[in-house]
Amino acid sequence: MKFLKAALCAAVFSVSAASLDVPAQADGHKVLDQVKFLIPGGAGGGWDGTARGTGEALTKSGLVSAASYENMSGGGGGKAIAHLIETKDQDTLMVNSTPIVIRSLQKVFPQSFRDLTPIAGTIGDFGAIVVGKNSPHATFGDLLAAYKADPKNVAIGGGSVAGGMDHLIASMVMKNAGANPTSVKYIPYDAGGKAMAGLLSGEIKALTTGFGEALELSRQGEVKILCVTSNERVAASKDTPTCAEAGSNGTYFVNWRGFFAAPGLPDDKKAKFVEALKEMYETSAWSTVRDRNGWVEIFNPDDKFMSFLENQEKEVAALMKELGFL
Amino acid sequence: MLDGILIGLGTALTPMNLIFVMIGCFVGTFIGMLPGLGPMSAIALMIPIAATLEPSAGIILMAAVYYGAIFGGSTSSILINAPGVASTVATSFDGFPMAKQGKAGKALAIAAYSSFSGGVIAAIFLLVAAPFLASVSLAFQSTDYFALMVLGLTAVAAFASKGDVLKALLMTVIGLMLSTVGTDQTQGVPRFTLGILDLTDGISFLLLVMATFALSEALIAILKPNDDAKRQQEKEASSQLGSMAVSKEEVKEMVPVIGRSSVLGFLIGVLPGAGATIASFLAYGTEQRMAGPKKGKLFGKGSVRGLSAPETANNAAATGSFVPLLTLGIPGSGTTAIMLGALIGYGIQPGPRLYIDQPEVFWSVIVSMWIGNIILLVLNLPLIPYIAKVLAIPSRFLLPFILFFSLIGVYFVSFNTFDIQLMVLFGAVALLLRFLDFPMAPMILGFILGGMMEENLRRALLINNDSWSFLWERPLTLSILVIAGLCLVVPMLSPLFAKMRKAKQSETPTGD
Repeated sequence: MKFLKAALCAAVFSVSAASLDVPAQADGHKVLDQVKFLIPGGAGGGWDGTARGTGEALTKSGLVSAASYENMSGGGGGKAIAHLIETKDQDTLMVNSTPIVIRSLQKVFPQSFRDLTPIAGTIGDFGAIVVGKNSPHATFGDLLAAYKADPKNVAIGGGSVAGGMDHLIASMVMKNAGANPTSVKYIPYDAGGKAMAGLLSGEIKALTTGFGEALELSRQGEVKILCVTSNERVAASKDTPTCAEAGSNGTYFVNWRGFFAAPGLPDDKKAKFVEALKEMYETSAWSTVRDRNGWVEIFNPDDKFMSFLENQEKEVAALMKELGFL
Repeated sequence: MLDGILIGLGTALTPMNLIFVMIGCFVGTFIGMLPGLGPMSAIALMIPIAATLEPSAGIILMAAVYYGAIFGGSTSSILINAPGVASTVATSFDGFPMAKQGKAGKALAIAAYSSFSGGVIAAIFLLVAAPFLASVSLAFQSTDYFALMVLGLTAVAAFASKGDVLKALLMTVIGLMLSTVGTDQTQGVPRFTLGILDLTDGISFLLLVMATFALSEALIAILKPNDDAKRQQEKEASSQLGSMAVSKEEVKEMVPVIGRSSVLGFLIGVLPGAGATIASFLAYGTEQRMAGPKKGKLFGKGSVRGLSAPETANNAAATGSFVPLLTLGIPGSGTTAIMLGALIGYGIQPGPRLYIDQPEVFWSVIVSMWIGNIILLVLNLPLIPYIAKVLAIPSRFLLPFILFFSLIGVYFVSFNTFDIQLMVLFGAVALLLRFLDFPMAPMILGFILGGMMEENLRRALLINNDSWSFLWERPLTLSILVIAGLCLVVPMLSPLFAKMRKAKQSETPTGD
């Protein structure tokens, strides 16, 4: 995950310059006068890239006249959440992602997405279970059998801390396949790239990572993707089964990134934000930014976003409880 | 291979591309000088511009910015003791004392020559051995990385030998302890955060190094104003500030150092879990040991070798990190991760097939490294006298500038006022410790290596079901640990041996 973050940095500063630009090709009509992006992390992170990239697309396409950016790091994102709740600024959009659900369950910060106004999930990536090219586990079934025989022999790595997203995905996949999720031998790395190096070095047997991050190495035959946590097979890799198909019933997990506004936002303002983001997908400015960063679109607005979050929270909470992280 | 080089030269040497190299080097140098903005941010800044160019021009621009930023970072380390990125910390150990002695121009010139040589030599290795080294880069597991960090930590001996051993060790331990603050990487549990939300992400390297190096340096200069005699002396010295003359003797000293550090730096850089910082520390420690007792004592006081070694190694390592990037598509550092993002943006996917499918990309990357390094040298050498003159600025103007510069640098990364408060606290403590002659470098060393050491050790323990046997069962791990042990023990024993030999030789009746 972290590698994706780093790659997203690409867009970071790009856009501070772009915000000064006069909208060059206005291929959308103006929806909003201004958007103030609040970024809960420092310059150069994944959140930063998402906010600035989205801001670039919105202003360059003319959907929004002006965008500004404020970085506010601290407390795993908690500081920015508290700030948004306190100021209730109606022009502010805060960027966030799956960790807002996980961290509020872990009580890293006292608030949750319910204390904000969810606007939309905009981009995302599925999880994937990956093994090395010489792995004896050619299918998810093989890996599962080895895991069931002795979980201590199946070290599964990932690019987040124990109890973090990659760990949860691994446990969820095992649980839905009828195995004991608590015995996953999870090996944390501080970045997805390093976790991949760990897999190729042979110290771990399998890896949970973003589907997008594993795709190219799998095309080149260095790794094999055993399954992907989507509902349907992904177009980019038709031969890769979904985890549900591979025997992990009902497994669905998407690592999303999206935007939140201040609590108590009037409905018409909320509608404007949703409209601006929705129309953004049609613009050429957006496709430039999207392709530059390799983002996958998942538009998930308003009430749909809220129920998605509630669902994800319920699922993650149950899993974390079972794993003993709550 | 020759065909490849020609393809690369053909694309790289168009007038337009050369202009991009120059712009890139200049912009990169400038950005790199600002604390907090290292090669990573410099490249990130260039990506939107590079994205509008054709792939080879874009890659050349980014490579130029990259090398420029690395050189720029060394500049602030040398001139004002403010290393903005971890890989230039070791540069400040001897670079800053040299600058303080009025030899800033020379220090910058040595840094430039060393960086250039390191980069160019490493690019040759990359050219010759990249496909082969791809497998080497994957041979290292967490246990080996742990051993490597231990080896890196023995560089502390370089500081211990020149003063109070106990003080150096104490500061190392403090550094190790500070590295444990924040969310535990293995369990996800906050440690030593005192319930403060702002500490959950740990203490940032930049904050610590700016507080203990730059900030406390400036404060000391304010609290200890120079007496007249010294000021007179400094005035005389400052007339040579801009001089870049390096004596024949010094060149002779540098050449073997550069040779060794290039190889070491490149090999360390190839490992996705190590990188330029470890390389620079290891090179510094190695050269200190190899310099012999007499020259070794000069380390930390403005040694030519002590400056040349880390400067060569960090550049060589930066080049080495392209091995896993280009051959496997695995980014070993933040910088290469951004590069990977940019390459993918062009529709180029690094990996085992890049060399075969898109040879022109592979070669233009390597050729652009050479050109970037050459242009950087050509562009910066004439500028050095002017950059060095920064130190000729009267301290009543320079010191507030340094204070401002280091505080703002930290703030601009996190945008968190808590960081500034913490930085001032660390600065004050560092000031006190420095008055008591505690060295700061071992603490930074402990802090940087501590986090990685712990992470790799705990990962190794997890994988091996909490058994420590990997320490002696894995040959690679064991070998590195043995080398680390020798590094510590041999210098301690050598005076003993010398004494014994002396006693034997003289065998005088007065001998006790």
